[in-house]
Amino acid sequence: MQHTLSVLVQNQAGVLSRVSGLFSRRGYNIESLAVGVTENEKISRMTIVVEGDNYVVEQVSKQLYKLVEVLKVSDITDEKYVGREMVLVTVSVEPSQRGEIIAITEIFKGRIVDLSRKTMMLELTGNEEKINAFVDALTSFGIKEMVRTGKIALVRGDIGE
Amino acid sequence: MTTMTGAKALVKILEEEGVKVVFGYPGGAILPVYSELQKSKIKHVLTRTEQGATHAANGYARATGTVGVCISTSGPGATNLVTGIATAYMDSIPLVAISGQVATSMVGTDAFQEVDITGITQPITKHNFLVTNPDDIPRVVKEAFHIARTGRPGPVLIDLPKNVAEALCHGKFISEVNLPGYKPTYKGNSKQIKEAVKLLKEGKRPLFYIGGGVAVSGAKQLGDLAHKLQIPVVNTLMGKGAFPAEDSLALGMLGLHGMPAANYAVSKCDVLFGIGVRFDDRVTITLDKFAPNAKIIHLDIDPAEIGKNVRRVDVPIVGDVATVLDTILEQVTPMEHKAWLSEVEAFKAANNKAYPAEAGYDLVSRQVVEKLSELTGGKIILTTDVGQHQMTAAQFYQANRLGGFISSGGLGTMGYGLPAALGAQMACPDDTVVCITGDGSLQMSINELATIKGQNLPVKVILFNNNCLALVRQLQHHFCNNEFFGVDFDGNPDFCMLAKAYGFEAYCITKTDEIESTLKEALANGKPTLIECLTNKEDMVYPIVLGGKGLDEMLIQADDK
Ligand SMILES: Cc1ncc(C[n+]2csc(CCOP(=O)(O)OP(=O)(O)O)c2C)c(N)n1
Ligand SMILES: [Mg+2]
Repeated sequence: MQHTLSVLVQNQAGVLSRVSGLFSRRGYNIESLAVGVTENEKISRMTIVVEGDNYVVEQVSKQLYKLVEVLKVSDITDEKYVGREMVLVTVSVEPSQRGEIIAITEIFKGRIVDLSRKTMMLELTGNEEKINAFVDALTSFGIKEMVRTGKIALVRGDIGE
Repeated sequence: MTTMTGAKALVKILEEEGVKVVFGYPGGAILPVYSELQKSKIKHVLTRTEQGATHAANGYARATGTVGVCISTSGPGATNLVTGIATAYMDSIPLVAISGQVATSMVGTDAFQEVDITGITQPITKHNFLVTNPDDIPRVVKEAFHIARTGRPGPVLIDLPKNVAEALCHGKFISEVNLPGYKPTYKGNSKQIKEAVKLLKEGKRPLFYIGGGVAVSGAKQLGDLAHKLQIPVVNTLMGKGAFPAEDSLALGMLGLHGMPAANYAVSKCDVLFGIGVRFDDRVTITLDKFAPNAKIIHLDIDPAEIGKNVRRVDVPIVGDVATVLDTILEQVTPMEHKAWLSEVEAFKAANNKAYPAEAGYDLVSRQVVEKLSELTGGKIILTTDVGQHQMTAAQFYQANRLGGFISSGGLGTMGYGLPAALGAQMACPDDTVVCITGDGSLQMSINELATIKGQNLPVKVILFNNNCLALVRQLQHHFCNNEFFGVDFDGNPDFCMLAKAYGFEAYCITKTDEIESTLKEALANGKPTLIECLTNKEDMVYPIVLGGKGLDEMLIQADDK
């Protein structure tokens, strides 16, 4: 099963390598890892999607905690959170097919960000499922290049009483 | 605060941290630090390799319970630290290793003697630092000692580029470290402690299984608790010495080459309390046959150890051994386990002598170790190398002193014993320090005889020379159909002549009746001394638990097939 970990780390040189090194060395499978600074510029948030059962994820969290720069590890898989990923994809498009691509992009609420004689570059943000569906819909046209950011996530606020 | 160079700031903090001895080996990139060391009252011991320096610092740390310090230059000096750092990491020994580095302007250019030592040591250090700003030095060095020493101890490396060491340091000297991501848990969870107390009260056949964590913290509390509850104690290699072997509740080492009664007790107990241990594979051998009838309590300061190897832990407790055992002591009343103790005792009596000196050999290592144990009362500092001789020492040396048995457990590093003895003797000049080694292991660090002689240390080296790598040979006996390969030494030197060349006293013994007199003479001579004991390569270490077997299925004697 896939787990989503939200990890706060000190924003210091080498911390990304420590975290990724830990995963490969202990044989944990990272599906994706996205990292960026938080509201506090001294702290970064890593969103890590890891494949494994509860035992593996518990081990991952405990090992992460042992890194001196790691401040907090939360497994948010079962919490209410907003998860997003972004994709940039360049598709081969004959001028006659442009209308079709534009329609698909609109359906997914994506954007067209570049155009050449025979290609179009599209951008889409959404959860993993939506991105997968978008990419599937484009596959038949011929995907020339693609890049995905990996998931970023934040837990939803608690409205309370 | 007056400004000073980075190197001076570094040495100043070493002094503040109470460092008295550093083990090192210089070179270009570390020169600024050496210049400052020269002016300091810290003693520098020039070993013969950087690896020797790491093991010496390790032995020093283990003999004193303080942080050991070793220093190298960049490049090959730094890579020579690697085995020693890994050795310390696996055994949770507090070290601070300081390596020189090429100037920051050169870092990343494959400069002369540049290696990425922080990258290389990332998996084998508790933490490491590449210092790029001289102002960071006071904070970094302070943090390094704090991290090395607290929580689950371990090695920390500081990589110091030459220009950073030379530059002026304007950093503040701090007295407290502030590491928001590093907060070891000392106090155990009170609910879990209650659960543990309940299990201990209910158990009819309880057993303590203790490891290196008890040597770090709580040896006294462990002793008090074992006696109050009348619970027998088995120890790992790393736990040896943390509970006196002479104690009637002590059953000795468990595991692969564990003592018969210890392995028996693990298999028969109904409550197993693992204290400062990590359920290593050399202890458990076959997980589903390990302590099959027992409820398990696991106390360790490292949360990542709990549930890592043995997943069916009934009561996990994260905390410091001394702190948690203190709390448990308050919550228990004295108990008796007469039937259980006499059952274990009977097994011990029937089996511990089941593998005496094999007839036909003039000298076996067990006799020497037992005699050493008897003559010293188990109160000296004994270091070992790695091999059959190490297992024999672990089985038959009755360690009765905390920190008195120093051996490379987790990594099993040959070449550890002699430099570790050097470090221990530097730490405890008035104590007797003996290194038990083999002909293979000794030759991995034999150069350190010179360091020992140079420091005028009366270290005794007991060498079991069987002209082979006997522990590996034994593996080939059990698992490769007696097809021995790559284990015989042709061309071993005359070790006594060699030792004499290094300025050591030297004895060679070949017969049982020479053991006592030679040991007595050597222990009393006040000089660095080698005692070479010629032993037989056919000799094997028993008991052994073969793969797939439970501890109670150990082979106690040779399987004459
Ligand atoms: C650095 C290193 N290399 C290889 C090994 C594998 N190994 C374990 S025991 C052993 C034999 C040790 O020989 P010796 O020191 O003569 O001890 P003996 O078993 O003969 O008593 C070897 C090669 C090791 N533990 N460490
Ligand atoms: Mg040998």
